[in-house]
Amino acid sequence: MGEPVIHTEQLTRTFGEFRAVDAISFSVDSGEVFGFLGANGAGKTTAMKMLTGLLLPTSGKASVAGFDVFSETESIKKNIGYMSQRFSLYDDLTARENIRFFGGVYGLSSSTIKEKSEALLASLDLLAVADSRLSDLPLGWKQKLAFSVALLHEPKIVFLDEPTGGVDPLTRRRFWDMIYEAADRGITVFVTTHYMDEAEYCDRVSIMVNGRIAALETPAAMKESFGVTTMDELFIRLVRPGSGETT
Amino acid sequence: MKTAVQVEGVTKTFKTLTALSNVSLSVHEGELFGIIGADGAGKTTLFRILCTLMLADEGEAEVLGLDTLKEYRSIRSRIGYMPGRFSLYTDLSVEENLKFFATVFNTTVEENYELIADIYIQLEPFKKRMAGQLSGGMKQKLALCCALIHRPDLLLLDEPTTGVDAVSRREFWQMLGRLKEQGITILVSTPYMDEASLCDRVAFLQDGTILAVDTPVGINRLFTAPLFAVRANDKHKLLTRLRSYPYAGSVYAFGSSVHYTLSRATASIEELERYLLESGLQGVTIEKIEPGIEDTFMALMKTDNERLHG
Repeated sequence: MGEPVIHTEQLTRTFGEFRAVDAISFSVDSGEVFGFLGANGAGKTTAMKMLTGLLLPTSGKASVAGFDVFSETESIKKNIGYMSQRFSLYDDLTARENIRFFGGVYGLSSSTIKEKSEALLASLDLLAVADSRLSDLPLGWKQKLAFSVALLHEPKIVFLDEPTGGVDPLTRRRFWDMIYEAADRGITVFVTTHYMDEAEYCDRVSIMVNGRIAALETPAAMKESFGVTTMDELFIRLVRPGSGETT
Repeated sequence: MKTAVQVEGVTKTFKTLTALSNVSLSVHEGELFGIIGADGAGKTTLFRILCTLMLADEGEAEVLGLDTLKEYRSIRSRIGYMPGRFSLYTDLSVEENLKFFATVFNTTVEENYELIADIYIQLEPFKKRMAGQLSGGMKQKLALCCALIHRPDLLLLDEPTTGVDAVSRREFWQMLGRLKEQGITILVSTPYMDEASLCDRVAFLQDGTILAVDTPVGINRLFTAPLFAVRANDKHKLLTRLRSYPYAGSVYAFGSSVHYTLSRATASIEELERYLLESGLQGVTIEKIEPGIEDTFMALMKTDNERLHG
């Protein structure tokens, strides 16, 4: 693990009276798989928007891939990868066209894009269907491609916003294989999920509750300190304190 | 037992895509029945046919003993449908939406209030708020109230918990349990395998085909291979080492452990443990476990569908 790829201090965002993100401080190291968990409305999306340069913080400090979230948002956007379940690729373009489009968006030269396209399509075993519309491909392949496209410009860090929502259990696991491979290459992975088993696959996990980070640890240490055996129980304890039920 | 939903050989295609392929199933009255499948499995198409919003190309479907083709009007007044996408009026307030749906179904909010009381009470503080301004969890609760306000005999819920956090999902299922006690038949679809175990019976749907229909316990009986939970300090390395083990059957990450089957009965667990330790892994434990719904679903996905179907 090297220097932090994400570093925040007292990072805050308010909307009127409402403190969506309330003074969060944490660091993520390079090559780490960092799980960013929380209930709906806990502030995850707002925090992600600030870290990806899409929303200015109200106060506090933060840097992502070495750039400041207040003054260098354009540099952040160029140096990160992003993928979500809702938006990833264009269904009515072919695989090859998607790669060319996003390569262009990320500012890669035509020759680099050409070179990368072929290598990528070959490594994903997609050469045979490279010129069919994406809508004709099975979801698992689309996801593999979307993840690779998010890494096309070789970012230091990739943000994955619920990448496995609604996906079948086999495809979900194949997706995590890709996450591990990326982390092995030194890419930092910042991932949100509602699947508690996936929290276990992260090196460290943070759980947001009402705009604050209520816990941040390795999954094993977190379970131990709360005296629970599954992430599911832990999540319920943190999100609904006093509910007392674990069944 | 009376039948609430009867589907016989339903097929539906869109251009080149076969959304449903010869699907048959029956849901008993009073049952909480789950359709389990990923995006693109055909769940929504099935719901739209049952709601009489779409016609099947082939096959027949009956809802509450009524034909979806000839008696669609009677069906519509007796079912409550919550589509996957939020479909209430975003520029009406919470109470206006509820009143609207009650009026459309020729009833009043007061008449059936007790049915929705314990859900609506959580929305009451926001009753003047526009539906579009609600949080995800609140929208979901309001949609459920609107689907219930005419006291339907059958509730059709298409992916009510997709994108919903683990705690809210659990609370939603507790609500479904209470509605079932009131005698309402519930057909619900979900991509979450853990929710399958909360249903009376489930159907696994993949690529428009039903892989299996049974109780959660019955489903798990379809998984016949001995299953082991393997743990070690380095999960990624454990996965790759297990996959390259010569006698490996299936190898799947499962939370803090890896679920593993041997490809031949004679391969020994001691041998496997030695292999893992020699790979430099530490803290290796291997434990025989009972399969869960997700294990079975993955096994069924991989095996020949025909063999288990029918």
